[in-house]
Amino acid sequence: MTDLSLDNAQKLAVRRRVRALDAIVFTLLMLALWQAIGSWTRGVAISPPLQTLVYLGGLLGTSMFWDDAAATLEAFLLAFVLSALIGLVLGLLLGIRRFAGEVAEPILAGFYTIPKVTLYPVVLLLFGLGMSAKVAFGVMHGLVPMTLFTLGAVRNLPPVLVRTARVLRLSPGRTMRWVLVPACLPDIVNGLRISFSLSLLGVLIGEMFSSQRGLGFLLVNGMAQNNVPLSTAVVTVIVMIAIAANALMLRVGRRFARRTDEQPDRQR
Amino acid sequence: MTRRRAALIVRTVILATLIALLEIGCRTGLVDPLTVLAPSDMVAAMIGQLRSGELDASIITTFSTITIAFLLAVVLGMAIGALIHRVSRLRDVADPLLASYYSVPTFIFYPLLVALLGLGKAPLVLLGILSATPAVVIGTLSGLDSVAPVLTKLARVHRLSSARTLRWVVLPAALPHLFTGFKLALSYALIGVIAGEFILSGTGLGYAISFAYQSFDNRAMYGAMLFVLLVAVIANGILYVWEGRLARRRSRG
Repeated sequence: MTDLSLDNAQKLAVRRRVRALDAIVFTLLMLALWQAIGSWTRGVAISPPLQTLVYLGGLLGTSMFWDDAAATLEAFLLAFVLSALIGLVLGLLLGIRRFAGEVAEPILAGFYTIPKVTLYPVVLLLFGLGMSAKVAFGVMHGLVPMTLFTLGAVRNLPPVLVRTARVLRLSPGRTMRWVLVPACLPDIVNGLRISFSLSLLGVLIGEMFSSQRGLGFLLVNGMAQNNVPLSTAVVTVIVMIAIAANALMLRVGRRFARRTDEQPDRQR
Repeated sequence: MTRRRAALIVRTVILATLIALLEIGCRTGLVDPLTVLAPSDMVAAMIGQLRSGELDASIITTFSTITIAFLLAVVLGMAIGALIHRVSRLRDVADPLLASYYSVPTFIFYPLLVALLGLGKAPLVLLGILSATPAVVIGTLSGLDSVAPVLTKLARVHRLSSARTLRWVVLPAALPHLFTGFKLALSYALIGVIAGEFILSGTGLGYAISFAYQSFDNRAMYGAMLFVLLVAVIANGILYVWEGRLARRRSRG
């Protein structure tokens, strides 16, 4: 028995090592592809990795970059926080009020799949050029997934939880705070993850279409001025930030999921 | 069922009320007509544009681009999915990638694609493929995972050739997941292509909307916008209903 489990552990370790090796190989392949496209087009469209990194190093020293990054960050954070909070409360409410949830869900799901870019001119007409339009567009992207994830999580809860809250006569606010949110935490983190990337996308698209500041503007501007290293560097920064944030939230989500799975065992 | 019908009725009433409110607001001057057009005017503008044929070229360009991107994404995604499913080492590499793929705003690659391939159909098709393929890969993987081992064993017992196993056993069993993948892929391709046209392009419906916005032609803008949204909603609605039917047929056995 111990032999067998030892063997298993060894196998797992080997597999993990192979996996790490494969991940490195894959990364190198992608870098090689990037390099190949860069040198094949002689840097007309995409600057090769090393050159981009050097350029990025220089870029990080300029105040222009930080101005734009700050503009994007401000709009994004506002959009993300608004989407998360409104989406959470809306999702919880629609989750408890089953009929309201049934009424609202198809509308939300339909809104989720339409090309929202086409609505950006309306947002611009309503909010005017500037920060508020970008934020509103980010919220339009980020709000719906957060709501849908929370709604789904509440709907799939064991009914006994909600009933217990009712028996204890918890106010709606306290029911949310002490029963619903903790029980739905893994799904809420997943919703946050999707909402994060979509509100970022919304803000960036807003900046790319019409704006005088922000990373999206910097990217389009680099293109327009034929400054290939600039646009490549901006894309690289955005991709790295998105991947890092996503990995972090995936990890947090998994930890919560494990914790909620463990709890029933502990009580037994 | 009655509950579902009640929800449908309430939903329709709410949407109709919102549209009516907007109409009243526009007619009474509460809403600035320079900002939002009255819904009836939007419909009239759309019908006018469709009748006069001024949108025809854009419609053809956009939908042919979306169709090409979608079909290529389906072929490519299924091939990649089948390959990854077969080779477990590839799977280990691909799983984390697939999990984080949609966190990267693929759209920001579009300017680079334009620089690479020139302004035209090619970068839009590529953008559509980039945004749609992973959905097909994920759908293919979960479809193939969901084929019960007993089914493949049964096929082996009946000595089906691998082509016939695929046709009569694997595909029907994997279909619901595949279909979900296709559905997502279509809406991602649609979003990607129209967004690309909107930001940087010289043709297509997305371009028509952004051009109308920049030339302060609200009527044309709202007409084209309504058309795009209607097409998207109808296409997604049809797929949604179809998907539900597939799932129900499967659960019936």
